[in-house]
Amino acid sequence: MEYSELIFKIIFVIAVFAVSLLIAMYSTYAERKIAAFMQDRIGPDRAGPFGILQPLADGVKMFMKEEIIPSHADKALFILGPSLMMLTACMTGVVIPWGNSLLINGREYILQITDVNIGILYIFAVVSIGVYGIMIGGWASNNKYSLLGAIRASSQMISYELAMGMAIIALVMMTGTLSLREIVLQQHGAHWNVFYQPLGFLIFLVCAFAETNRTPFDLPECETELVGGYHTEYSSMKLGFYLFAEYINMFISSAVIATLYFGGFNMPFVSGLGLSHNTLAILGVVFFFAKIFFFIFLFMWVRWTIPRFRYDQLMNLGWKVMIPLSIVNVLLTGLVLLWRHGLFHF
Amino acid sequence: MQSLTNRSKVVVNKKMSFMEKLYLPEIAKGMMITLKHLFKKKVTIKYPEQKRPVAPVWRGWHVLKRDELGRENCTACGLCAVACPAEAITMTAAERKPGEENLYREEKYASVYEINMLRCIFCGLCEEACPKEAIFLTDRNVPVDLLRDDFIFGKDKLVEGIEPEKRIDVSVRARAHRQIES
Repeated sequence: MEYSELIFKIIFVIAVFAVSLLIAMYSTYAERKIAAFMQDRIGPDRAGPFGILQPLADGVKMFMKEEIIPSHADKALFILGPSLMMLTACMTGVVIPWGNSLLINGREYILQITDVNIGILYIFAVVSIGVYGIMIGGWASNNKYSLLGAIRASSQMISYELAMGMAIIALVMMTGTLSLREIVLQQHGAHWNVFYQPLGFLIFLVCAFAETNRTPFDLPECETELVGGYHTEYSSMKLGFYLFAEYINMFISSAVIATLYFGGFNMPFVSGLGLSHNTLAILGVVFFFAKIFFFIFLFMWVRWTIPRFRYDQLMNLGWKVMIPLSIVNVLLTGLVLLWRHGLFHF
Repeated sequence: MQSLTNRSKVVVNKKMSFMEKLYLPEIAKGMMITLKHLFKKKVTIKYPEQKRPVAPVWRGWHVLKRDELGRENCTACGLCAVACPAEAITMTAAERKPGEENLYREEKYASVYEINMLRCIFCGLCEEACPKEAIFLTDRNVPVDLLRDDFIFGKDKLVEGIEPEKRIDVSVRARAHRQIES
């Protein structure tokens, strides 16, 4: 690897890290504002103009709070839980293609940290490790509410990951690759996968809500039944990490949804404008972020609309609706593919 | 029973139709409702800057009145403190010295008069108990502050000024009350 490329990668890694933290930070602000507006309130508006400094104030508050590790808790695991959660949340951004590529001095720099040829699998693997963050935290707290929250989280995530995987299988059958960059490049213009895989998209979206523990699937931290769920015993910045990781996860899953089903950095109607490669790439990044922000908004919109599922309803939906539907989706995709390859003669 | 709003609905325990069982159309409907609220006018009143309109009989921040010569009416009899159901009022009485006749109307006065505004329930019983027409509740909001100690209001915040422009009008509520009674 050339030095220039190495430097570019280092800068890009730092940029991705910083941007995901920044967006997660302002997601908390957006969440509160959107919640307020949907309830005919104004929301935080005291810290800075329009309350724009509210996330900073919250961060400072989190750091200044007393740090309590319960005496009956397993200390090492208690610290490991939120660390793991935060680590996995930050790791998923690596394979997401944030933009096409930049041409600097005749050299092509791809706007993606690394184009692993099994990008989707990598994301799934890392997200699955994230469950351990919740499990370990809930277990180490040595508190029945935490443990119940953790058990709920893990069973929910395992149930919905199956349907999510099936939805992805249908997509992969269609695209024939696991590399996220390839998948995005195949959706050039407005050939977005959502038009070919509407059912798959719907399944993926619902499962993404369940994977990020957002309403209507926020049973792991269901306040009305479990005090705070898996983070009942947590305080100070460890609690902050758990809450923050949720927002990073939300950002990343929005990015994944936009990448897989909504064409990533592709935008319609620009190929005819005759713009240079670099301008197009930068426009693409902007467009990609617009898509991401829309999905983050969707996450919040749903949260402030729909009440939480009951646990049996959650499991019914997961096993009796989502998984059969996703299998049907895989079969249908297979049939259509076979038909298009001319293997059927009616 | 007559409903308070026109938005009440009779709950029927009927089976869900197929469209309702699909969830998604119903969820979309609900999301449209929340989206509508996103652009609705907000009901919040940003308190210290904006104030809620109040009725003419509204009771707020107390004032200790002076008479027309600028002498304090209060004689520290303590009836207000006795009448106060929240036990918010405390006072220390003192004797008027020769030469202070222009400050206090009678021989006895309150050297310290404190109302804890966090305890006060603004019931107005102190005003009713007062035989000297010294204490009144006015239509002013108690200003916001950050420390609990700052809500114990002493004479500096309660007694009105001597100058005519610093006098505080308490006739609004009295007039409103008279109107209600008549």
